Amino acid sequence: MEVEPRLTLADCLRHHLRLTGTHVGCEHGVCGACTVIVDGAAVRACLMLAVQAEGAEVVTVEGLSNDADLTPLQKSFRKHHALQCGFCTPGMITTAHALLSEEPDCDAARVREVLSGNLCRCTGYIPIVEAVLDARAAYGAKARASDRGGERA
Amino acid sequence: MRTVNSLIGSPIERLEDLRFLRGRGQYVDDLARGDMLHAAILRSSVAHGRIRSIDVSRARALPGVHSVITAEDMGNRVPRVPMRLQPLPDFEPFAQPVIAESKVRYVGEAIALVLADTPAIAEDALALIDVEIETLPAVADHRASARDASLLFEETGSNRAITFRALRGDAAAAFASAPYVRRERLRTQRHMALPLEPRGLLAEWEAARGRLTLYGGAKVLFFNRRTLAKAMGLPENAIEIVENDVGGSFGARGEFYPEDFLIPFAARFCNRPVKWTEDRRENLMCINHAREAECDVEIACTHDGTILGLRGHAYVDVGAYMRTNGAVGARNVAQFMSGPYRIPHIDIDVALQLTNKTPVGTYRGPGRFETDFFRERLFDMVAQDLELDRVEFRRRNLVSKREMPYPIATITPFESKDELDSGDYQATLDRCLEEIKWSEKSKLAGKRLDGRYHGLAVGCFIEGGAAGPKESARIVLESDGRYAVYVGSSAVGQGLETVFAQIAADALEVTFDRIRGVFHGSTSYVDDGYGAYHSRSVVMGGSAILDAAGKLREAIRAQAAQRMGCPATDVEIVDGVKAVGPAGKSVALTELSSAGICADGAFLNKKHTYTYGAHAAHVTVDPKLGHVELIDYVVVADCGRIINPLTVNGQTVGSVVQGLGGAMMEHLVYDEDGQLLTGSLADYLIPTASDFPSIRAVMLEHHPSPINPLGAKGAGEGGIIAAGGVMANAVANALGSLGVEPRELPLTPSRIWELVQAAGK
Repeated sequence: MEVEPRLTLADCLRHHLRLTGTHVGCEHGVCGACTVIVDGAAVRACLMLAVQAEGAEVVTVEGLSNDADLTPLQKSFRKHHALQCGFCTPGMITTAHALLSEEPDCDAARVREVLSGNLCRCTGYIPIVEAVLDARAAYGAKARASDRGGERA
Repeated sequence: MRTVNSLIGSPIERLEDLRFLRGRGQYVDDLARGDMLHAAILRSSVAHGRIRSIDVSRARALPGVHSVITAEDMGNRVPRVPMRLQPLPDFEPFAQPVIAESKVRYVGEAIALVLADTPAIAEDALALIDVEIETLPAVADHRASARDASLLFEETGSNRAITFRALRGDAAAAFASAPYVRRERLRTQRHMALPLEPRGLLAEWEAARGRLTLYGGAKVLFFNRRTLAKAMGLPENAIEIVENDVGGSFGARGEFYPEDFLIPFAARFCNRPVKWTEDRRENLMCINHAREAECDVEIACTHDGTILGLRGHAYVDVGAYMRTNGAVGARNVAQFMSGPYRIPHIDIDVALQLTNKTPVGTYRGPGRFETDFFRERLFDMVAQDLELDRVEFRRRNLVSKREMPYPIATITPFESKDELDSGDYQATLDRCLEEIKWSEKSKLAGKRLDGRYHGLAVGCFIEGGAAGPKESARIVLESDGRYAVYVGSSAVGQGLETVFAQIAADALEVTFDRIRGVFHGSTSYVDDGYGAYHSRSVVMGGSAILDAAGKLREAIRAQAAQRMGCPATDVEIVDGVKAVGPAGKSVALTELSSAGICADGAFLNKKHTYTYGAHAAHVTVDPKLGHVELIDYVVVADCGRIINPLTVNGQTVGSVVQGLGGAMMEHLVYDEDGQLLTGSLADYLIPTASDFPSIRAVMLEHHPSPINPLGAKGAGEGGIIAAGGVMANAVANALGSLGVEPRELPLTPSRIWELVQAAGK
């Protein structure tokens, strides 16, 4: 696709590709609602231009979801009531997914530190932290499997 | 009665989550129309000034710009934003025009609207509009406002919109003979709800049918439709307002704002769909602000700590205009200063002062957060003066169970009488002390360990809910035998679809999966609705669902009776799937539903519910850095019948964290020229995941409300209300040996450091 140089990745995803799961809450990189995973790293799509994503792999919340069932991370969010209005949720899911994929054994302090870049105005964060900690098992298993397969760079 | 009742009271996982977690929620900015125009709004950069000229010719000439709208395009009638609550004639002169006419009165006020092919072009065009404004002296605080040297509305001769007065008993007599009196000046700072989703609207005008559809509504759709219909000269039924998924309201989102007229007007003006989404800077400047209040308050007691009276003067900075619910916070500051306590004599007035700042509106626990800070801070000072235990002081003065219902102060000029409905306030205080391990932790209070002082505090609160006058619901038995529930309530992220489905399923005596859905968020579903404010949805909407369910079951029985040729009284509905008559006759509900069965229900109510409880905090304070660490925070609240423990707990904890934001960090700062200095989320700080890791809520249901069939009480605001007072008292307790007495929020590190420095002198 061709885009204007000034188009942000967030606007490109939302308004050009119609992937509206990625939300825009501040457009200055503070709230984290627009967090997507670019080549494995959680980044703020409002602080990145679409043209900078040329050739990169971009994963949004839609890419972390499927029709059949919620993923273990999503199930954990639901079980812990880690969302209310749902607006920050896609950014929380992408951020947590990126964290757990890299550090499946992270502790509560680490989860809090990483999630501190994502604002939530409804939950007070406590159930979100619990949900992420509770979802570690699913990622631990996956990480070990991929370690054995030597897929991790 | 409820043979299959298992849902009310169960921690049912939310239905909403299935779409939100997969990025499939649909918020208003997610909508698009092929031929839509994008709006951007030119806003005043001057706090107070007279508009000399507006020249839009350069903006209009920019390729991609379709139109530029100013007040001139509305002829001589620029509509005003009406008062939704307390619509007193006194407020009319201070109503906001939806677009600036001759004057601008705050930074952020709309001056012109650009419609263009893309949002970027619309924003580019804003820079090409030439506006000449003659600057007038800005009124930046309530003191300057009261001097009336510079008037926001010259024709009124005053910057004071009104003075409310809360009265009970005879305060003058009580104070005249009181053995002990203490007077304090206390302040809460301007801050805001800050829902995470910015506001947005999409308006579609169908010229041929003269119909308007407005997406992006929230909270109070029906009031907004009435307002919009009047302003646009359309019949109400020519307008549909649709509520999409809403990224939080907390009182602020969904009120009728100037844009709620401007965007539909633009759609009709251009005869094209028009979409607008505010950016965060606009949101910080334009959505209702709240909480800026000061009071000179006096308390009278006996030496044994029995409160005799409370009196004083409060000042609320309401900003530049009186908007829809801009008087609620001030009213509550006066009416609820007594909180859950027995205070026989009260005389508190509150002046609503206009300033050149963003207008105010309700923010979760409006006025209550402010006034609880005033009261609870004062109580700890009094207990210290009288050498009484601060817990005992509170216990002695809490309204007791046998005094219920307990009348509170009456507000004039509105003459709104109110009473506390039910409860055992001592019990929640005791439970809260137990939960935080008060007696054990008291040993730490005021002690310095590893460079940090430990502090402990407890405070009691009440939370009003269930505002009337009415709510509506409709339940339809559909052809597949499932039920669809339509409500006049609004969903702003609180989980309404789930809790209403729980209520409906129990009332219909069916399993959860037989509720096809709870449909809210359109003015087309029920005839009238009142929406989501004052913690009213469960009590009002839930009770309306009970009424509709009862009527639907009657209708089903009547129809089945007709089929089976027996009296309706002989028909029983079994498992929600069939109607069984005498002599083994039965008819499947799917058969009946082909004829279409539905029932409308309503709940009318003039009284309020009062959830109540206590908060306790344990903090440590570093006196060198002014840094406060929250070690533990507990809320114990009794909210009557609990529908879903998961959601009510979640809302309480979330509400606490918002309250801690207001207590410790959030501050909308203006300079003396009325410029907002905190126009980004890098300047306006709200709590993050690492700030307050230890918060617990214990929700009880020992005292159902006697005023509604569910026995429920409005909940969700109780977590915020006591947070300011409790945190300030915890800090005061920690730094007591240094003589620190916070009298103002927020308790930022720099403020605490300054208090420590000042106390040391």
